[in-house]
Amino acid sequence: MKRRSSLGALLGPPLLWLVVAYLGALASIFVTAFFTTDTFTNAVVPGFSLDNFRELFKPAYLHIIGRTIGIAAAVTVLCILIAVPFGFFMARVVPRRWQSVAVAAVMVPLWASYLVKAYAWRAMLQQGGVLDSAFGGTPGFGFAAVILTLTYLWLPYMILPVYTGFERMPESHLEASADLGGRPWMTFRRILMPALLPSVVAGTIFTFSLSLGDYIAVSIVGGKLQMLGTAVLQNYTLNLPFAAALGSVSALIMLLYLTAVRRTGALDNL
Amino acid sequence: MRKATTVRIGAIAATAALALAACGGGDSGTSSGSATDAGGFKVPDLTQLDKLGSPEGKVSVLAWPGYVEDGSNDPKVDWVSDFEKESGCQVTVKTFGTSDEAVKLMRTGQYDVVSASGDATLRLIAAGDVEPMNTALVPNYADIFESLKNKPWNSVRGQMYGIPHGRGANLLMYNTDKVKPAPDSWSLVWDKAGAQKGKLTAYDSPIYIADAALYLMATQPDLGIKDPYALDEKQLAAAVDLLKSQKENVSEYWSDYLKEIQAFKAGSVTAGTSWQVIANVAKAEKAPVEAVLPKEGSTGWSDTWMLSAKSKSKTCGYKFIDHIVSPKANAAIAEYFGEAPANKKACAETADKNHCTTFHAEDEDYFSKVHFWNTPITACLDGRTDVKCTDYAQWTKAWTELRNS
Repeated sequence: MKRRSSLGALLGPPLLWLVVAYLGALASIFVTAFFTTDTFTNAVVPGFSLDNFRELFKPAYLHIIGRTIGIAAAVTVLCILIAVPFGFFMARVVPRRWQSVAVAAVMVPLWASYLVKAYAWRAMLQQGGVLDSAFGGTPGFGFAAVILTLTYLWLPYMILPVYTGFERMPESHLEASADLGGRPWMTFRRILMPALLPSVVAGTIFTFSLSLGDYIAVSIVGGKLQMLGTAVLQNYTLNLPFAAALGSVSALIMLLYLTAVRRTGALDNL
Repeated sequence: MRKATTVRIGAIAATAALALAACGGGDSGTSSGSATDAGGFKVPDLTQLDKLGSPEGKVSVLAWPGYVEDGSNDPKVDWVSDFEKESGCQVTVKTFGTSDEAVKLMRTGQYDVVSASGDATLRLIAAGDVEPMNTALVPNYADIFESLKNKPWNSVRGQMYGIPHGRGANLLMYNTDKVKPAPDSWSLVWDKAGAQKGKLTAYDSPIYIADAALYLMATQPDLGIKDPYALDEKQLAAAVDLLKSQKENVSEYWSDYLKEIQAFKAGSVTAGTSWQVIANVAKAEKAPVEAVLPKEGSTGWSDTWMLSAKSKSKTCGYKFIDHIVSPKANAAIAEYFGEAPANKKACAETADKNHCTTFHAEDEDYFSKVHFWNTPITACLDGRTDVKCTDYAQWTKAWTELRNS
């Protein structure tokens, strides 16, 4: 009996936090999406209307949802492409005593303010900026700039789990593969990839969800490009219930993504 | 597993119900009150303050950038510190970039006074966010230009809801190195937008639709636009089409004035709508820019200082407003921001003695060509009765679709 009450005292506060702060906030966003606004004052009027959800099916918003998923997917793929060789290098090539230095080097950008990094990319991407003078051209503000900046911002979140995945892999597995005549590509595909999948999936959850919800980097380097996050921000001042409906979309996409990830079973052996 | 899912859904449903109940309870207060019908909206029953108390020690101000400078941006630009010492009211300032943002922030109830433009004032009055103002408690009100008192955007049925601050026009700013010859028409950002090849900027608010309408008013008389804030559906569609064709050459939309200055400085933007204060700051930072009032006229603003109905620092609020429209402070702001002051006596206090002439402070003819920001409503503001006009909600929808397409 006593044990149970102390367990309750231990779990109660975090559970309350989870329910009130996380689920409560999500629920109130979802509920707000059914409200309407006063056409004159823009004030929120509680009620029940499906108009905001109907509005989401207009081509402009379907495009923005598609564009956002596309950008988040592109950022995720780029992060994987960079992080896998990078993680392999850190875990398998760098001498053991230098590994902690390599990990620290990957972590260092995370200590710098997000805004500083986004504005640094703005300065680099603009005409006459570093990219322009070094390579004779810049993609300018927009689609490519957003993908580039977000990839830079979220890369450490992919490298760290991938590096850990490589590090945990017993050397003997690779040796056994070589002993059995596996060529490097075969070893990579049949041994490394399956063992690494959970780490990569864990990384994609970060990169995908962070890209999906981002609005600050987008408004700094995106030019006139709109993503779900910037659309929410724009509607936040003009039409809060519709902003909530847009917000529900990104929550729904993430929910579907997590369900899909669970289905693959990649999270079970993490 | 299955059981756990059911429990989880139950928990979410319960939270949702709680949230619903909480929201339903909170908002009912604003909609009650007397139903005075004025120009198509109801005015909540709020009373003005009849006398000032002792200063509360602090006042929280919501203002356009450049309106309330306490020396923190530029030590030489300061018309707040002395007021703080004299009145005992510590001033904190929060700036906003669009009227929509101002309305949103004002509704949080965290701010005591706001400098509201004509497209925000009536929304704030109708929602009961601001209260009627007792002009007898603002000694400097006597010196305000008569032409700014009792206007549709700052009063309801002869009751003032704020103190006029000043007025001005949105200007066309351009890069003097890249745009030659010097432009005198808004066509630079509309019909001839292609010449700037993706280097235009535009204001990021639905109210910018009026700028397109203003240009159509001058160039396509067939559309019959008489007032850029009174557009029927066909006229709104024409304005949105114009904005769509402009968008192809827009680099960025701005609502943060610092971002516009940066874009002009870096050269990623060569032309677009702007304010005098932006041109002044950009020039001070060595950007090759100039700002002009094009021949088609322009949209503009006539601003009003208003007091929050929820304010707990009303005495400091009144004192602050009286100070900010006093001749010296009003002159300093008018010069710094680049607008016409509202206080007659301010004209004698400006460093540049021609300021009031340059900015047409007393020139009612000039301001008849400036279309002050206003909130579009279904009853056409230009007096047409045979057709229904589009309201701000429709403008908002059109604008978000344009921005997101």
